[in-house]
Amino acid sequence: MKDRVWSNILVSALLLAGAQLAGAAEPIKIGSFLAVTGPASFLGDPELKTLQMYVEDINARGGVKGRKLELLHYDTGGNAKDAVSFSKRLIKNDNVDIIIGGTTTGDTMAVIPDVEKEGIPFISLAGAVEIVEPVKKWVFKTPHTDRMAVAKIYEDLRKRGLTKVALITGDGGFDKSGRQQLLDLAPQYGIAIVADESYGNKDTDMTAQLTKIRPSGAQAIVNFGLGQAPAIVTKNMKQLGIDLPLYQSHGVASKTFIDLAGEAAEGVRLPAAVLVVAEQLPGADPQKPILLDYKKRFEAKYGPVSTFGGHAYDGLMIAVAAIERAGGPDKAKVRDEIEKTRGFIGTAGVFNMSPTDHMGLSLDAFKMVEIRGGAWKIVE
Amino acid sequence: MPEQLLQFLATGVTVGSIYALVGLGFALIYNASDVVNFAQGEFVMLGAMTTVALLNAGLPLALAGVVATLLTALVGLLLERFAIEPAAGASVVSTIIITIGAAIFLRGVVLLLWGKGFHALPPFTGDAPIQFWGATLLPQSLWVLGITALLVVLVRAFFNHTLLGKALLACSFNRNAAQLVGINVRVMLRLAYALSAALGALAGILVAPITFTSYEAGVMLGLKGFSAAIVGGIGNPMGAVAGGLLLGVLESLGAGLISSGYKDAIAFLFVLMVLFFEPTGLFGHKTAERV
Repeated sequence: MKDRVWSNILVSALLLAGAQLAGAAEPIKIGSFLAVTGPASFLGDPELKTLQMYVEDINARGGVKGRKLELLHYDTGGNAKDAVSFSKRLIKNDNVDIIIGGTTTGDTMAVIPDVEKEGIPFISLAGAVEIVEPVKKWVFKTPHTDRMAVAKIYEDLRKRGLTKVALITGDGGFDKSGRQQLLDLAPQYGIAIVADESYGNKDTDMTAQLTKIRPSGAQAIVNFGLGQAPAIVTKNMKQLGIDLPLYQSHGVASKTFIDLAGEAAEGVRLPAAVLVVAEQLPGADPQKPILLDYKKRFEAKYGPVSTFGGHAYDGLMIAVAAIERAGGPDKAKVRDEIEKTRGFIGTAGVFNMSPTDHMGLSLDAFKMVEIRGGAWKIVE
Repeated sequence: MPEQLLQFLATGVTVGSIYALVGLGFALIYNASDVVNFAQGEFVMLGAMTTVALLNAGLPLALAGVVATLLTALVGLLLERFAIEPAAGASVVSTIIITIGAAIFLRGVVLLLWGKGFHALPPFTGDAPIQFWGATLLPQSLWVLGITALLVVLVRAFFNHTLLGKALLACSFNRNAAQLVGINVRVMLRLAYALSAALGALAGILVAPITFTSYEAGVMLGLKGFSAAIVGGIGNPMGAVAGGLLLGVLESLGAGLISSGYKDAIAFLFVLMVLFFEPTGLFGHKTAERV
């Protein structure tokens, strides 16, 4: 008896929903799979919030080409296996028109075979250069690559005349990929790696590794890592009294790092997307109004902004612009239009995509920043 | 090189004392009920996270720490009352699985309440490093070491010299016999959970200035603390401390002298060796089942 009541309710609810759907134009479906929980949650969380905020905003302003956007999202927890099954579900069951997601490089790389086979535009929000190199027909990405971050760090080292560098990196995917780039690019910039230490991302103390680095003759230390570990490295260096310039990666370009490392963070340099130093940009910079607007909106709703949510903003806006130019969500046309994105001003920089470049950012999209007085300062 | 070696040792002692302190918490519940409480790491995290929250709400550090410890003790008590007690007749393994569930639950609640961010507590007495013969140690590490030592003495005295402590031990040896001599086993178990939760919270507050904290911080600390406890012989507070220090020093020497990539492997290999040759731990009691 009880079952009957429930099935009646369900059926009438479905009928009602069907009637409503028939009344309005079909929404454009944006699929997303992000690592909202798990170790990469500090990336995935602001990404999802950004997508939700702007999809709502675009719908409030009438949608795209008179059609509403519908965001379908799954949380991978940073697990590549889940990413694969969720992307399959998005493509086959949910019939989405485009996918924006893939918080981590692992998640992204795992779904690329399916995306390529099914032929659906996919804008990844992950960092590693291997996502777009070699170019894959349906795959794009919006964040800077780790290779760009490394190049920026080495450029700055060269300017300061420092050639002997010690590496200390974590054991995550981001860390390992970054370490590889650090090793690969070093000869090009005339840099000698004199020490190469690693730690576990959940370790609580790195003084042993740093003690080993000290007698290596390094002139600077580069730490590629995420989460709390880089803050511990920074504090441990101060504790040991190692007075060398410390470079961090763009992975810690958030206020949390400064809060955790406290005074020890003073003088730390890192390549960061301009979002963290938006206020310091000259007034004529075309990116400035976009950055400030995103920052204001995000902070009004969710608290301190991070560069990672900005990547989702860039991805969504590039997708929406491409759908508009394509006149609708036709997959092949949208793909072509994404590839034709030129002069698009996003939070990460100015995007100029091409058939050979599916990211479209140049090295100057990164700014070398230094932490001074507990805040980011652009290094000229 | 001698300075380096000294620094590795100092690092090892710092890390080891953290493991020791967490390992200590496992002893209490184990002593009362033969159960390994896998939510112990979550008590550690809960203590630190609650202190952070109270600190942000404007309470002074000392008061925030005390309130957080009491609140965590209350959580321990509730956990026993509403998750462990209803399964009173269940086997030890079932109870252990319940504690794993409780750990996941607590992590989830903290995640919903306070988010995913990392937080730091200010060190109790500044963070100017203490120099000695070329090596350095943070003042907070001395706090951890000192309070660990104090707690070991207190826990030992509690079990050996108080009626309450002896009653707790009696519950673990033989629950029915304990009941027959008039010990209220239920109350004893609640007490054990509340006490070990408080102990865990205290550990969390002490180590948070060094290790930072987040909703997931309890996982790693719990695992390492548990390793410390079994190396030393679970149920033996002194053993947990010795095990923790040994584990920390091994990790740090492994990272410094051999390879930082293999430091956890080296430490866990040691744990396996200990369990292989001394299944009851280095300082564990030899148990004999009477048939």
